[in-house]
Amino acid sequence: MKWTLVAFTLALAPPGAALAQDTADAIGDADRGAKVFRKCTGCHQVGSDASNRAGPHLNGIFGRRAGSIEGFDYSKAMDRAHDDGMVWDIEHLDAYIENPRALVSGTRMSFRGLKDPQDRHDVLAYLRQFTANPQDIPESAPTAVAREVELPPEILAIVGDAEYGEYLASECLTCHQSDGADAGIPSITRWHPEDFVVAMHAYKRKLRPHPVMQMMAGRLSDEEIAALAAYFENLE
Amino acid sequence: MKFNRRAFIGTAAAAASMVAPMVRAQGKPRVVVIGGGAGGATAARYIAKDSKGEIDVTLIEPTRTYYTCFFSNLYIGGFRDLQSIAHTYATLASEYGINVVHDYATGVDRDAKTVALAGGGRVSYDRLIISPGIDFIDGAVPGWDVSAQDVMPHAYKAGTQTALLKSQIEAMPQGGTYVMVAPPNPYRCPPGPYERISMVAHVLKEKNPTAKIIIADPKAKFSKQALFEEGWQKHYGGMIERIGPDFGGENVSVRPDTMEVDVDGEVIKADVVNVIPAQKAGHICEAASLTEGNWAPVDGHTMQSRLDENIHVLGDATNQGDMPKSGFSANSQAKVAAMAVRGALTGSRVFPAKFSNTCWSLISTDDGIKVGASYAATDEKIAKTDGFISATGEDAALRKATYEESIGWYEGITSDMFG
Ligand SMILES: Cc1cc2nc3c(=O)[nH]c(=O)nc-3n(C[C@H](O)[C@H](O)[C@H](O)COP(=O)(O)OP(=O)(O)OC[C@H]3O[C@@H](n4cnc5c(N)ncnc54)[C@H](O)[C@@H]3O)c2cc1C
Ligand code: HEC
Ligand code: HEC
Repeated sequence: MKWTLVAFTLALAPPGAALAQDTADAIGDADRGAKVFRKCTGCHQVGSDASNRAGPHLNGIFGRRAGSIEGFDYSKAMDRAHDDGMVWDIEHLDAYIENPRALVSGTRMSFRGLKDPQDRHDVLAYLRQFTANPQDIPESAPTAVAREVELPPEILAIVGDAEYGEYLASECLTCHQSDGADAGIPSITRWHPEDFVVAMHAYKRKLRPHPVMQMMAGRLSDEEIAALAAYFENLE
Repeated sequence: MKFNRRAFIGTAAAAASMVAPMVRAQGKPRVVVIGGGAGGATAARYIAKDSKGEIDVTLIEPTRTYYTCFFSNLYIGGFRDLQSIAHTYATLASEYGINVVHDYATGVDRDAKTVALAGGGRVSYDRLIISPGIDFIDGAVPGWDVSAQDVMPHAYKAGTQTALLKSQIEAMPQGGTYVMVAPPNPYRCPPGPYERISMVAHVLKEKNPTAKIIIADPKAKFSKQALFEEGWQKHYGGMIERIGPDFGGENVSVRPDTMEVDVDGEVIKADVVNVIPAQKAGHICEAASLTEGNWAPVDGHTMQSRLDENIHVLGDATNQGDMPKSGFSANSQAKVAAMAVRGALTGSRVFPAKFSNTCWSLISTDDGIKVGASYAATDEKIAKTDGFISATGEDAALRKATYEESIGWYEGITSDMFG
């Protein structure tokens, strides 16, 4: 099984593709991935008879637009990712199963996440088999393993300067309401700082799809993100 | 230097009240804000809120109800009612302790650091913030002046003007003609006239499908042009005609008594004429000698006037650099000014200025688009650092989400301004 994927990879990888240079590798070991997938089967099915359970079926997930299975009742946050145009390529899948809320904060998938990169890559290699005609969707080509989305501990350890956060936050409050109302734009008050920090870094790295937030987060330093997290955590 | 810039317009009443001792709250520094719009209300609220009573804040604003220009086009299109864009100053007074004075500032004595009020009396300041919005340049559209606004409304200051324009559009005869005289750059809200065209078309398509919409435009290009033109084609095919400068769109005069518009010698008989003239800083800036040309130059690090360090000018009235004249920009600049003012008066921490802007526009039901950018202050100007714009051909889900976002933003910015 692993062998097929590697062959596949070599066939598809454009010569000298930048991403492939970074992390040239097959996704992972699909046989092992089938075992890892047992962590998902409580909620997800995949294969010929798969149907929606607590989570949507995962057939054809590679290249599928987020939140697009008709008849499945997604969270508001996943609907938003859908509207923003997020597509399940390997990078986004990897980020999502590593820490679902880093990518989609209000997601209904209550799953801690797979912290071991090997587990993620193996389960994705397994799931990859259930997406037909991969040649038709080159953008989801499994040519490389995605970069880590987990933030290094030193970033998570930064103690935010809440006073600086207060000034920086004034810019956010033109759109996000300070009383936590969420009509049209999600609420960002009283979040756990770590969730806040990972969400902001996911925009900064352009993993999350929204142009406004990519721009806002893109110019914030690690310290500034920590400062904002510290301020919003305690905003009444 | 100071002497030359002295620009106090003394009225008899104001002069008389000079004799009265100026009341100063127990040694507290005083900030006076002229204009309770996007810039002024935000600045007053942030200073009052963040100084926690250490600074005395007075807001001078003639109107008791502020109608936001933002979303006033949506009111014309039937997506909002007038009440939903009306805001009062009650919370700023009651919750934030801001002294709201409903009066009109007629002049500034920059040496004495006082502001004269139309109702007589004057208010002294340690720092003055001015955010008066725009006024129209006299003679910009031959045949039109402010006395013609009840016949040919601009609806570029919201409220009764907007209501008038809406009722005129709704009263148009079947197959009638609406003409917009669009303004030259720079002006308040670059996409504003074109969002308005979209909303007028939306109303007419329903009620008066054979009506015509004509834009006489002195500009070769306009904001979000490709997106608007795509949307007009899609939703209102054939209804909208734009006459650009190459066809005489910059050579326009109007005759309010006969409801005619002359575009480069060709006379159009219209049922509604929406004249949006060329603009300049609100009159008080000129009265205080804070303008160079039509606008008040400011230093982006603090929004201080380049002509008087005790005065900060915000919003549409400024010449600051790359930011468009928008409510979002004015609100963003107000926060930088509020921080700088607090720093100067109470020694609170000051951080590097950051600015941003996003302007949403509605083309048709659930078809929203946006453009935005971030900015930083350089010594020379406020300079753009990054930006984005909606793409043509986006799908309906994204356009609907964009519109819904704008509703969230409206709630956000109005509570950021008025509490
Ligand atoms: C049709 C239209 C649509 C728009 N849409 C958007 C949008 O979607 N998004 C956006 O961000 N912006 C939008 N704008 C632009 C936005 O309304 C302005 O850029 C913004 O209001 C500017 O803020 P300001 O503080 O400079 O002026 P204003 O908000 O106009 O406030 C000025 C205030 O000062 C008062 N004033 C003036 N002179 C004096 C004086 N001498 N003494 C005391 N008070 C005085 C006035 O009464 C007024 O209340 C739109 C504008 C229009 C016309
Ligand atoms: C506790 C139940 C649960 C578990 C366990 C779980 N998921 Fe999910 N998953 C969900 C739910 C619910 C959603 C829909 C999320 C939403 O709407 O926010 C979802 C969504 C997804 C999606 C997005 C689907 C789409 O249509 O957009 C993917 C991909 C996914 N899960 C993969 C996995 C993988 C891989 C695992 C195991 C490593 C896993 N999930 C474990 C419940 C679960
Ligand atoms: C111009 C309006 C605007 C501004 C300004 C803005 N945001 Fe956002 N923000 C949004 C929108 C719209 C979304 C939803 C984005 C999406 O669909 O992913 C969002 C999403 C978020 C999220 C994720 C919420 C979730 O539930 O997934 C966080 C966290 C966030 N913003 C933080 C901030 C911070 C911090 C700032 C200030 C530095 C800021 N935002 C400034 C509009 C804005």
